[in-house]
Amino acid sequence: MCLAVPGKVLESTDVGLNRIAKVQFGGVTRNVYLDLLPEAGVGDYVLVHVGFAISKIDEAEAHRTYALLEELGANLDNEEDAADAARPPEGGA
Amino acid sequence: MNPFVCPAPLSTRDTVLLGHGSGGKLSAELLRDVFLPAFANPVLDRLEDQASISVGCARLAFTTDSFVVKPLFFRGGDIGSLAVHGTVNDLAVGGARPLYLSAAFILEEGFPMEALRRIVESMTAAARQAGVEIVTGDTKVVERGSGDGVYINTTGIGLMRDGLNLSAGSATPGDAVILSGSLGDHGIAILSEREGLELESEVRSDSAALNTLVDAMLDASLHVRCMRDPTRGGLASTLNEIAAQSRVGIEIDERTIRVNDAVRGACELLGFDPLYVANEGKLAAVVEREAVDAIVEAMRRHPLGRDASIIGSVTRTHPGMVTMRTAFGTTRIVDMLAGDQLPRIC
Amino acid sequence: MKYIDEYRDAGLAQSIAQAIRARVTRPWVLMEICGGQTHAIMRYGLDELLPPEIELVHGPGCPVCVAPLEIIDKALSIAARPEVIFVSYGDMLRVPGSQTDLFRVKAAGGDVRIAYSPMDAVKLARENPSRQVVFFGIGFETTAPANAMAVWQAKQEGLRNFSMLAAHVLVPPAMRAILGSPACRVQGLIAPGHVCAVMGWREYQDLAHEFRLPVVIGGFEPVDLLEAIRLLVAQLEEGRAEVENQYVRSVTREGNQAAQRIMAKVFEVCDQKWRGIGAIPASGYRIRREFADYDAERIFGTDQITAEEPKECISALVLQGLKKPADCAAFGARCTPESPLGAPMVSSEGVCAAHYAYRRRAPRIEEGCRP
Repeated sequence: MCLAVPGKVLESTDVGLNRIAKVQFGGVTRNVYLDLLPEAGVGDYVLVHVGFAISKIDEAEAHRTYALLEELGANLDNEEDAADAARPPEGGA
Repeated sequence: MNPFVCPAPLSTRDTVLLGHGSGGKLSAELLRDVFLPAFANPVLDRLEDQASISVGCARLAFTTDSFVVKPLFFRGGDIGSLAVHGTVNDLAVGGARPLYLSAAFILEEGFPMEALRRIVESMTAAARQAGVEIVTGDTKVVERGSGDGVYINTTGIGLMRDGLNLSAGSATPGDAVILSGSLGDHGIAILSEREGLELESEVRSDSAALNTLVDAMLDASLHVRCMRDPTRGGLASTLNEIAAQSRVGIEIDERTIRVNDAVRGACELLGFDPLYVANEGKLAAVVEREAVDAIVEAMRRHPLGRDASIIGSVTRTHPGMVTMRTAFGTTRIVDMLAGDQLPRIC
Repeated sequence: MKYIDEYRDAGLAQSIAQAIRARVTRPWVLMEICGGQTHAIMRYGLDELLPPEIELVHGPGCPVCVAPLEIIDKALSIAARPEVIFVSYGDMLRVPGSQTDLFRVKAAGGDVRIAYSPMDAVKLARENPSRQVVFFGIGFETTAPANAMAVWQAKQEGLRNFSMLAAHVLVPPAMRAILGSPACRVQGLIAPGHVCAVMGWREYQDLAHEFRLPVVIGGFEPVDLLEAIRLLVAQLEEGRAEVENQYVRSVTREGNQAAQRIMAKVFEVCDQKWRGIGAIPASGYRIRREFADYDAERIFGTDQITAEEPKECISALVLQGLKKPADCAAFGARCTPESPLGAPMVSSEGVCAAHYAYRRRAPRIEEGCRP
């Protein structure tokens, strides 16, 4: 369930009862309702589901946790390299 | 709002469904259950995109296609240019030099003359560029409400190149699979202009005549098994058809498939897989392994083939099935869709 | 595309998978609740990257699959009415009811249309004052706020020709029912990230404590899912049973307050039938009496419609993760996407459809041409 896609808010206006934003997803833009996310502003990344922004992407948290994942990856590589180095060389008769 | 297309499987078929026109499994069923048994003959039964017939000592290719696209005018083309390109391409991918087209129009009463002129001008330009002539045609007008503005049918005749025997049934394990460029441009261009989806994008239809690209390929080598233009149903449907007809497996590599950013964005938003989105200016080819480098090089020298690449190969495992190696090194099946993709929320 | 591409990074995915392989010492059974997560796992073949000790079982997270047969029949009866424009998300169009489906109703002359957003239906009502526009409001908590907004908006605008056929289902009560079943083998849960984006993850804390099992709120991209699994495995190996949030970029503990407020305004919790599982108390939303004029069930009087599930479809067991699609005798044979017996094969998010499309275990490849 729940196909929701992250996009960037380019601009927003009030139209009648609603607050509508132009949100960019890769190379396309679409109008998105901000009524469920009134705090969203221009430049924010939001998660969009059925034409509504339902959550604001916490960019700082995203950055922090992604960096941790990359570190995990790097550590694994280092462990592998260390294991390779510690292994006795093959060869001989 | 209605980008209404049918993904549509039903277990009993007592009426025609939109899905029967989508190019997927339902279309194949309609062919198999209704048309083939009735019209049966050896040429038709080969089920190529064009019929190859001998008349005297000439080997001709003969094909027909109808165009019902909505909207009529879109970025990168219109129903007219599409009607010319589509039939020219069906001839070209069969290894024929397209020569003559017919054009039949079904017009709805009340359709603006100005729009008709635009469409006809577009067809003239497309035909000139492709080097074909529209030599005969027909016009019918139906009552207001009975049509959709305009429907066009084009039928084309071409001359088969000597020494060439292309068939979707001749793919052989070891062969290479080539794609001429990015996927999904036409389908997304159309969708983004449909009422209701309200997608703003710069995506242009890739609608184009492929005959000169094909010439470049065949000039480089005749060791081509078959070529197809992946229109409705996308690359996935085309490859599945080849795999089924040749009774071979096809494996493609996700990392080699190109999709433009705007097309990607639209696909993500709607939950579409670009492998199933229509193209109108791309071709897929199965070629003998030894010839692939020469052919790809020749394609890349042509404006319509700049992004040509090898996307996979033909195998003897899993005959009839197309699989894809994902970017993660895992494998997934690329199945034929039953009908059309629908925008989804899930 | 930012916040998508980097979470599909193959190298990072491989590292996380490697970390999982290094950590695991015994078999574990994990369930991902959401159909979108199932879909991603199948499409990217993530289960192939996991060590054999990890068994993934797929939960009931497909609102299309679990919408009870009778709501489909109600939808079909409303859609067939000549004065109605019946608007639905694309996912529902193929789902078979007892006799027919929305496509067949359309082919027979019903005005059935697809919407990307429920506001499209409100717009249609505004533009077609002489027709009754009915919106098929299905979904989990992710979709319910948008559906609620449509009803609220219609009332604000004083529209007289808009109504919603509501069929909302809530995840935590269903999980309680599944986890509480004696046959349940699930030891760790990947909670649905987008549901939690709306509702927060407080309810999952209760689940973790009640059933003493680790719960990780997971996203939908390969890196998200693998990381969620890695966190679960770590908890299991260490004997912990807590809630952890992997999907921090989109999910907070409290969720989206504005969304929760509009849902509370328009909907109230009710008992709900889940296709294949049965009635689960307090597991659905119905439209409040204040919005009765916008409740299609009341307007069209569909109370009389009831339905029986076909015996052959084992969706019940599949949706609870007790059986896999390949365990079903009909899978890939009598039940295929072209002729589905049950909703999990029809819905693009359905577990059977995902297995069939991406990872058929029993390929029905004949030696000859496939039609």
